[in-house]
Amino acid sequence: MTEPVQATPTPIEALADKGPLEPPRSQWKDVWDQFRKHKGAMFGGGFLLFITLAVLLGPYIWQVDAQKLDIRNKDLRPIWTALWDGTAKVAWNRPFGTDQLGRDQLAQIIQGGRTSMAVGWAAMVLSLLIGTAVGVLAGFVRKADGLLMRLTDLFLSLPILPLLLVAVTLFRQPLREAFGPEGGMFVLIVGIIAITSWMPTARIVRGDILALKEREFILAARSIGTTPFRIVQRHLLPNVLSPIMVSATLGLATAIITESALSFLGVGFPSDFPTWGKMLADAVQRMQQFPERVYLPGIAISLTVLSVNYLGDGLRDALDPRIRGR
Amino acid sequence: MLTFAVRRLVLAVPTLLFISFVIFMLLQLAPGDPMAQVPLTVPAEVKEKMRQALGVGEPPLVQYWKWLVQVFWIEPKVFIDYMTNSSALLGWLPDTQLYQGELRVISWQTRSPVMDIVIQRIPQTLWVVGMAYVVGILIALPIGIYSAYRQYSVFDQSGTFITMIGFSIPPFFTGPLLIVIFSVQLGWFPSIYDTTHVVNDWASFKFQLQQMILPVMVLALQTTAQISRYMRASMLDNLNQDYVRTARAKGLSEAVVVTVHVLRNSMIPVITVIALNVPSIFGGAIITENVFKVNGIGQLLITALFANDLPMVMTLTFIFAVLIVLFNLIADILYGLLDPRIRYD
Amino acid sequence: MRLKSLLLGAAAAVAIAPAAFAERGADGEVKIIYWQAPSILNPFLSGGTKDVESASMIIEPLARYNEKGELVPWLVEEIPTVANGGVSEDLTSITWKITPGLLWSDGTPFTSADVAFTHEYCTHPEGGCAQQTKFNGVSSVETPDDLTVIVTFEGPTPNPYGPFVGGESPILQKAQFESCLGAAASTCTEQNFNPIGTGPFVVDEFKPNDVITMSANPNYRDPAKPAFASVTFKGGGDARAAGQAVMETGEFDYAWNLQLAPDVIAQMEAGGKGVPVAGFGPLLERIMVNQTDPSPDLPEGERSTAMHPHPFLQEPAVYKAMSMAIDRPLLVEIGYGQAGKVGCSWVPAPEAFASTFEGCDVQDIDGAKALLDEAGIVDSDGDGVREHNGVPLSILYQTSTNAVRQDFQALIKEWWEQIGFEVELRNVDSSVFFGGDAGSPDTFQKFYADVQMYANTFNGTDPQAYLGNGLCANAPRPETQWQGENISRFCMEEYDALHAELTKTADMAERQRIGRELSAMMTDNGGMIPLVHRGRLSAHANTLGGVVLNVWDSELWNVADWYRIKSN
Repeated sequence: MTEPVQATPTPIEALADKGPLEPPRSQWKDVWDQFRKHKGAMFGGGFLLFITLAVLLGPYIWQVDAQKLDIRNKDLRPIWTALWDGTAKVAWNRPFGTDQLGRDQLAQIIQGGRTSMAVGWAAMVLSLLIGTAVGVLAGFVRKADGLLMRLTDLFLSLPILPLLLVAVTLFRQPLREAFGPEGGMFVLIVGIIAITSWMPTARIVRGDILALKEREFILAARSIGTTPFRIVQRHLLPNVLSPIMVSATLGLATAIITESALSFLGVGFPSDFPTWGKMLADAVQRMQQFPERVYLPGIAISLTVLSVNYLGDGLRDALDPRIRGR
Repeated sequence: MLTFAVRRLVLAVPTLLFISFVIFMLLQLAPGDPMAQVPLTVPAEVKEKMRQALGVGEPPLVQYWKWLVQVFWIEPKVFIDYMTNSSALLGWLPDTQLYQGELRVISWQTRSPVMDIVIQRIPQTLWVVGMAYVVGILIALPIGIYSAYRQYSVFDQSGTFITMIGFSIPPFFTGPLLIVIFSVQLGWFPSIYDTTHVVNDWASFKFQLQQMILPVMVLALQTTAQISRYMRASMLDNLNQDYVRTARAKGLSEAVVVTVHVLRNSMIPVITVIALNVPSIFGGAIITENVFKVNGIGQLLITALFANDLPMVMTLTFIFAVLIVLFNLIADILYGLLDPRIRYD
Repeated sequence: MRLKSLLLGAAAAVAIAPAAFAERGADGEVKIIYWQAPSILNPFLSGGTKDVESASMIIEPLARYNEKGELVPWLVEEIPTVANGGVSEDLTSITWKITPGLLWSDGTPFTSADVAFTHEYCTHPEGGCAQQTKFNGVSSVETPDDLTVIVTFEGPTPNPYGPFVGGESPILQKAQFESCLGAAASTCTEQNFNPIGTGPFVVDEFKPNDVITMSANPNYRDPAKPAFASVTFKGGGDARAAGQAVMETGEFDYAWNLQLAPDVIAQMEAGGKGVPVAGFGPLLERIMVNQTDPSPDLPEGERSTAMHPHPFLQEPAVYKAMSMAIDRPLLVEIGYGQAGKVGCSWVPAPEAFASTFEGCDVQDIDGAKALLDEAGIVDSDGDGVREHNGVPLSILYQTSTNAVRQDFQALIKEWWEQIGFEVELRNVDSSVFFGGDAGSPDTFQKFYADVQMYANTFNGTDPQAYLGNGLCANAPRPETQWQGENISRFCMEEYDALHAELTKTADMAERQRIGRELSAMMTDNGGMIPLVHRGRLSAHANTLGGVVLNVWDSELWNVADWYRIKSN
């Protein structure tokens, strides 16, 4: 931050100490300023906020029961179909159309979004935490490396389907009592997705840490007596942030899709509990007659993932001191 | 590095034994019954007899021991016999005839040796899934590198957009979608993969390409999306490093700076992801294989899982475990080659 | 071979020009797709429909059922009956006369020794044969000469057409399988993958769980058949893709068992390359009503057993109201279309055994509410759920995972909630649900739910054994390792007595009367709620002729008669 030099400085004033023209800037304000400059990140964050609010507040605004069957009004097309197809069955009170049992699609998208977002975020955050912790520990502490990486190999080789069946058999009843039928299933699914998806993050983080910890700045930090904990926190973690961000983005998508695959295989949520992935999976059969049933949840998943991706890009740029301020 | 590799290889044996034991116990715990697909019209006592004929009733540890013996002692004997008897490579050696008709690992569904079926499935798995992986990597690396080099350019933005959409849409949707477009509407490609097809001339090779295009497209989309994201992120991290400025200051050309200096230093996370996914080529393409009826190893695993064919599931997951351990070792060695500062000893 | 077929072709062309198709191998290749892939070609070791049906092109039984459910002679000259002296007067033995001159595909003669060997093979105690019930009650199989087989039963058997009849009980070649008896059955990979048969085709290559390639059997008994020189039998994928390959892209000629929603089938049919065909056997989609208490509060081993009767599901008003609230025609329309009919009877086919009950095909929500009100089952605490003796009518409704079943669950839940029930849904992976793993809480035998939905059927045309599924003794319970066919734990002395009477009756009309009565007893007393009488829906290409859909035997029973329709 160089101050503009006055054209004709008087010698005395030039020597005199001046108070700063701007108030001191905190690191986080810098980060925020940089973040704001990133159009994609602002858009992504805005959209994410919008979709989160929509699924949270949606049921209060659009007060249609997602599970209400209305056989007479089944297979309605979305309202915009009427623009090019005058004969299409549409209704204003069903703006997104209805499915083969007459359930309102808009309400389903909102209801499904709640579950999908919750499962996606919870599983992603959980797997990211486990993955980063294991990766950092294995990369930084040489003694733990062998054991942790063999553990990673073990988890990588576990087949997910039998694992789920075992988990359902063992834990469904206790979890159902503790959290109710839907809450119990939620905990179970989030847990299973998290423990079967942290391994790539762990391996990637470890790989980067192995390279970073031999670098000069770590040596420097160590030589001035920085504690290992501070080294990890201040020097290593910020430098592995970008692969973690990518893992997070891909992890969210994977979690949402894995959930749908589980429902597809019959070990997921009960059938009267819509999620985006399940809506997509169910609609594939009829994608020629009713393309909107595929593209509506498909767009919802894609846009969410895309906005998380842009948000991640912006955050990474904002947090990187080398990029910040350029 | 050599001692490291040897030590890790030796360590891999107990690791794999432990992994196989955990998988075995997991499969024992999982609910399921090899008779689940037998129609309900077959009464329970007949099913019980069928189970006994398969050896289901034995204690788990006995079953595990039998499996170990079969996999580590009998199957290698069969393999050596095959090598010295009919393979072109070692056929000149005298017939070893080690295998004396002991019970091999027998699948419960087909009552035939598991390894024979696995070997039967390998060609189409490699053709389709392996090819898709190679194609995916070949597309992903340039996209990732160029996107990072021209960050926020139109190319980068559209690349990001397409790959993220590609990644967030599951193959159980993209597969049928491509079939509707290219097989039903346009009629260009077959929707069902012919596993009996033999390539022996130009026309049959063309047909092979045609039937491979759709499944390869679906699979490559996923690979491309994933690897290009990691490549881009890692390149971005390195492009602002001091050594890049130094290289440029030395007067090196941009091409050399990017492809030699930056690329080499950016490969660590990318190598990790590539190595992690190689074993899953072998078994991960379950949904795509099913959609196009490629009937590779993934399809074998999923049908075995649904039929509760434990010897088959056990052997396949064990093969995956071997590949996972092996490729993670390769990745670790590659780290050392890419970045000589990384030391393991 | 080529010269011979050329000569044959020339001869046929000279002699009778219009019968050009009536020549073996003239129509090239036929491609069949089953979305479940066959894993073995020996139906005695698997019992899965996919395996039985694929093997039926190669190995054949002595007699088969045709599309009307009537027995037709296959490898024999006529169907033995009491009238023609083939079945003894006291119903204890049956004599089959094999057609002279039959050859196996390897050129050796087909003899009664092969038939007797098949019996020996399947009844070997260590063989684990899947079709043992076919041979239940058989005391001996004798072969007085090469072409005569006498099957003797332990007692009078009104229906002696079990052994060697139908696709599940084909004849194996003795010479080939001799070394595969008992425990050795599993080691005979070569035999199990390439059985020698009398059928129209022989196996060229079998890739388990993937594809079978077959070619015409040079020794097939009818020199003009089969019309196709080769068969590609592909397996795997899902029903939607199989239907698509036949009706929309035309890559395959025949697709098996397309369990898809009617609007999806209609969309495929619009593709114009093929047509669906439907046939009805005794398959019934039903809701089983648990007669015992499945409450998780009960200790393991007492849950869902006769020790604790269900708190409200044995109440006539309750189960009658549940049945009245269901709109069966709508279920058919939504779930099965032309492959379904309103199901009113436990034994929906053959027609003569089908019972019915009043109001089966109309929904009566108000009537159901009135019925519950009358019985004093009302909502006393104002939470919208009725109570019976203080127990709220809250039920867990489980089924296997399958798109149509989940739609049904949603609809029925809605209707039941309208009449004052509280319904929780659960769907279980079908390999767990139908697997008999005594350690899993989710099998249909354990029935840790109040009601559950699935389909069941029986083989052949006689429901005696199937009606035995309602006997008290057949209830799954801990002592039987949770095995047993009486899933709803239905128990009535009158029922058991009447079923015993059925086993002793030989007169057909009387058997049918008792059958109808037993079936009605089950539905009237709330053991089950029938929903939909399901058919089998398959599809064939427009150019494939000779397809006769048969639900009583293998669908591929008359594959020898299939031919290519020439487009002019």
